[in-house]
Amino acid sequence: MSSSPEKFSKNAVIVNELGLHARSAAKIAEIARTAKSKIWVIRDGEKADAASIIDMLALACSKGTRVTISADYSEDIEILNRIKALIQNGFGE
Amino acid sequence: MPEKESRQIILKGIGGSPGICIGKAYLLDKEGVDVIKKYFIPGEDLKSEKNRFKSAVKKAKDELHGIIEGIPDDLRETANILETHAVLLKDKMIYGKTIEIIEKEKINAEWALKKAVSDIRDMFKSMSDPYFRERAADIVHVSELITKNLVGADYSGVRDIDKRVILVADDLSPAETSQIQLERVMGFVTDRGGITSHTGIIARTLEIPAVMGVDLATSLIKNDDLMAIDGLTGEVVVNPTEETLVRFVKHKIAYEARRAVMTRGIHLPTRTLDDCYIQIMGNIELPEEVVSVKNYGGDGIGLYRTEFQYLSRAGFPTEYELFDKYRDVVEVMAPKPVTIRTLDINGDKALTYHSTAQEQNPALGLRGIRYCLKRTDVFKTQLRAILRAAAYGKVRILFPMISDCGEIREARRLLNEVADSLEKEGAGFRRDIEVGIMIEVPSAVIMADIMAKEVDFFSIGTNDLIQYSLAIDRGNRHVAHLYEPLHPAILRMIKTVSDAAKNSGIKVFMCGEMAGVPLYMPVLLGLGITELSMNPSSIPGVKYVITCLNHADTEAFAKTALGQSTAEDVKTLLHDTYEDIFSGSAEIPIPAFHGENNGEDN
Repeated sequence: MSSSPEKFSKNAVIVNELGLHARSAAKIAEIARTAKSKIWVIRDGEKADAASIIDMLALACSKGTRVTISADYSEDIEILNRIKALIQNGFGE
Repeated sequence: MPEKESRQIILKGIGGSPGICIGKAYLLDKEGVDVIKKYFIPGEDLKSEKNRFKSAVKKAKDELHGIIEGIPDDLRETANILETHAVLLKDKMIYGKTIEIIEKEKINAEWALKKAVSDIRDMFKSMSDPYFRERAADIVHVSELITKNLVGADYSGVRDIDKRVILVADDLSPAETSQIQLERVMGFVTDRGGITSHTGIIARTLEIPAVMGVDLATSLIKNDDLMAIDGLTGEVVVNPTEETLVRFVKHKIAYEARRAVMTRGIHLPTRTLDDCYIQIMGNIELPEEVVSVKNYGGDGIGLYRTEFQYLSRAGFPTEYELFDKYRDVVEVMAPKPVTIRTLDINGDKALTYHSTAQEQNPALGLRGIRYCLKRTDVFKTQLRAILRAAAYGKVRILFPMISDCGEIREARRLLNEVADSLEKEGAGFRRDIEVGIMIEVPSAVIMADIMAKEVDFFSIGTNDLIQYSLAIDRGNRHVAHLYEPLHPAILRMIKTVSDAAKNSGIKVFMCGEMAGVPLYMPVLLGLGITELSMNPSSIPGVKYVITCLNHADTEAFAKTALGQSTAEDVKTLLHDTYEDIFSGSAEIPIPAFHGENNGEDN
């Protein structure tokens, strides 16, 4: 495992009605796949690979869920910002 | 493990569509693709096997993008779904995992993919949120796309069945069922699904025997296995012995003979020997089921459950979506009546994004009219849709879970409000429809004489009424055996409701499962019920029994029944009094308690 994730993490609350569903997860995955390191979505300590829709769906995040997005390396801080913005905008729905 | 030799295996499922058939199994794999073969790949070929998989994924992706480009803008929703699928193709849990399995287990790509997908599917299926559970279907779809490209020209699905077979499948999607050449199918056996599953509906409509919810059917049954199935009892026998075959053939002959008797005159009005007219209606959940109600000679829809459109989806249905479905049913049945029951669940919970709030005791919780009066926005949308559909035929509206007069007044007030606003908008609708309530809460029975003044009809929902009155949760196997429709307390309650209705000059119907059991007809008729609504396939049996009864006799019979001490006594009395009718058919099981409904039923 790499360095402690707290350094490179952001918090966000799911605001869209449908929650983190397949299509919104797909949008996150698309961004996460361009990252240099692994990007994680964490809910109540449970970690999901942000490049995997299925992994994220397994977290079953509904509207109002608080999640943490973290990256293994600091280079990906920009990716985290983009994902955070995406979540906060309700995935443009 | 040694292969099971042709030893007889008896499986039990839910009778999905009555009838008996004996034939050879035709196994459809989960996705409708023929069973996938598993074989080992020698170490030196693993690389090319992985490449074969990668190129199949690439092809699937190109195909999807091709389709997406061709989608017009107004079908954006579909394009979105396919775009999600395109991203899923490369998901590590499908893509990465399959490659890993090929590598580790040295097996072919098709099998590796199947393995990866079944793990994911199990994970989704175990999730409590219906929306997420449904996502399993997306995964299956994506894997099917890849499989098609892997298997190439050999790919064969349900379209290619070329002999008369019994189809064995995990479950069949509407798309698959539409592709099957149904004249080649003698029967259905599915792992999953229930009475209201799509396969069940199709089977009943076409009168093909079907047994659903047979756990492990697809793993225990092999292609070309000889099997015998009974769609009434839910029995499935694989590799039947000589004796079993003889038993099934006997049943088949008896069933068909009885059926011929019952269906004779099925489209004639149902009259007792002394010429009392009893209306026999069908209960439906999906618009498609109207066909079976018509086929079985139903006099209308006595209960149209409307919950389905609210389930497993990502938002409340729109007025138009609801109206569209209701109109379908109303138009097809016209001029016969369609009784639309308003939402009888907790809509918030049915919807995916609210699913976290679990009620301790949902049967006693915020459901039915209670929920609707709390979420008047949701309720009004449905009322609007119902009133608009009413312009296309004869609609009656039914409010569930009424326990208090105030609820009736409030519901009627909202109905008026909605009608006023439709009028103002100049929309096509009908205002003067009959308004009724479900009698399913004991307080409504006690208050029936007062409530009768507020409505046009009562419909007794026996399933819940029995559960609430006898304090029995049918889902609880420790007490389920105490669930007893013939309990004298229940009969007395029906009597109270029926008398109250008669005194106020309103109609009294019954739409619970009790209404679909031929054995109960003497007592129900005797208690004054004049309209019965049931699962479509129960209609012929009930009609037949009614034509053998004398209404005046049943009234005398009911009086005696009301004086009994226990359900056992009532049963004995029934059998003794009507021995001639019911013993004649003892060889053949009395048509289904199409039971096992998940409690949210009337």
